[in-house]
Amino acid sequence: MNGAHDLGGMHGFGQVEIEKNEPVFHFPWEKRAFALTLASGFHGKWNLDMSRYAREQMPPAEYLATTYYEHWLFGLQKLLVEQQLVTAIELQTGHAEAKTSELRALQVSDVEPLLRKRRAARLDEDVPPRFRAGERVVARNINPTGHTRLPRYARGRRGVIDRDHGVFIFADTHAMSRDKKPQHCYSVRFTARELWGTDASAHDSVFVDLWDDHLDRA
Amino acid sequence: MSDHDHHDHAAEHDREHDRPLSGPALRVKALESLLTEKGLVNPKALDELIDTYETKVGPRNGAKVVARAWADPVYKERLLADAGAAIAEFGFFGRQGEDMVVLENTPKVRNVVVCTLCSCYPWPVLGLPPVWYKSAPYRARAVIDPRGVLKELGTEVPDDVEVRVWDSTAELRYLVLPVRPAGTEGWSEEQLAEIVTRDAMIGVADVTLPVRE
Repeated sequence: MNGAHDLGGMHGFGQVEIEKNEPVFHFPWEKRAFALTLASGFHGKWNLDMSRYAREQMPPAEYLATTYYEHWLFGLQKLLVEQQLVTAIELQTGHAEAKTSELRALQVSDVEPLLRKRRAARLDEDVPPRFRAGERVVARNINPTGHTRLPRYARGRRGVIDRDHGVFIFADTHAMSRDKKPQHCYSVRFTARELWGTDASAHDSVFVDLWDDHLDRA
Repeated sequence: MSDHDHHDHAAEHDREHDRPLSGPALRVKALESLLTEKGLVNPKALDELIDTYETKVGPRNGAKVVARAWADPVYKERLLADAGAAIAEFGFFGRQGEDMVVLENTPKVRNVVVCTLCSCYPWPVLGLPPVWYKSAPYRARAVIDPRGVLKELGTEVPDDVEVRVWDSTAELRYLVLPVRPAGTEGWSEEQLAEIVTRDAMIGVADVTLPVRE
């Protein structure tokens, strides 16, 4: 979706400010929002791509006016209701109408195995690549209302396949219908001038990770 | 960041409990009690998740990887060829670092990592991302004006140096291998790891020698 999350290339947000000796979390509620998100995800009712899509659906004006963990909180509440782990009324009142007893909550002993899984989006499926390193490609001009990992600034732009990362879950369909649609994911190199015009540096480039379904031969 | 600073911060933020809770604090508290009541989360497991990223996993991990790559050319070769396996030799692997790529800076090439669409970041080696990395200014500008961002942050990139920006739009997670600073010849891995910073491993700073007092 063409949402406020797709920030690459926008102007007007001001300087990047690095906080010295920054703590991992700034407020106790941020810690809890972070941990609640991971612990709720443990039930397997949604995947990471669905989580990202849920956050993207925060209305644009609100997204830009709120902090990072508020985006997480928005996404978590949305998924909890959509996937029927809680009801909208429960969320409103803060009181459980019924216990969801058939599900087993994440326990302390589950935390390490959960965080130290070695596989996530990479798949073993033997799918042939559509492109090879060095090939010229053009990113599709797509504007889906659903989830996509093809950022606006790269759409319709020409680049070169820098490397083939192998076969991965396709985030765009995985977020919308849980369809993994196994396919190759590549680093695609776009020159800064192709993306931003002749005022950009002639030496610089942006590498974007894109899948077969994002690309055509140029 | 020293442990001392860290604990001071924690104490300061824990005092927030004494004040009335703000909007998100209130909502999170209500949500946690609801999910606990429904048996969907166990607060002790939440504590464990938080503790992992506050005290166990952070940029000191990545600094060890960089230091070894500087000290051991054979390790560096392994790291550049198969980053995930080479990093796992330290026991660093897992969530948000399942598919790692290491990008080597040279005097002629500077790599900068961003996630314009959200906040993708290599957790096992750098911990959770800092606020600036997740913020609109960095996500907006890193791809269109990397030289401007670097300059503001204190690094002027000469015209003949190539800037490569890596937008983490898939599940690959990028770690920058900074240039080893001159004057560190003969240093041990431990000494080298001390000077490697998080920002250098994201690509927005150089590693420099500590200023002598």
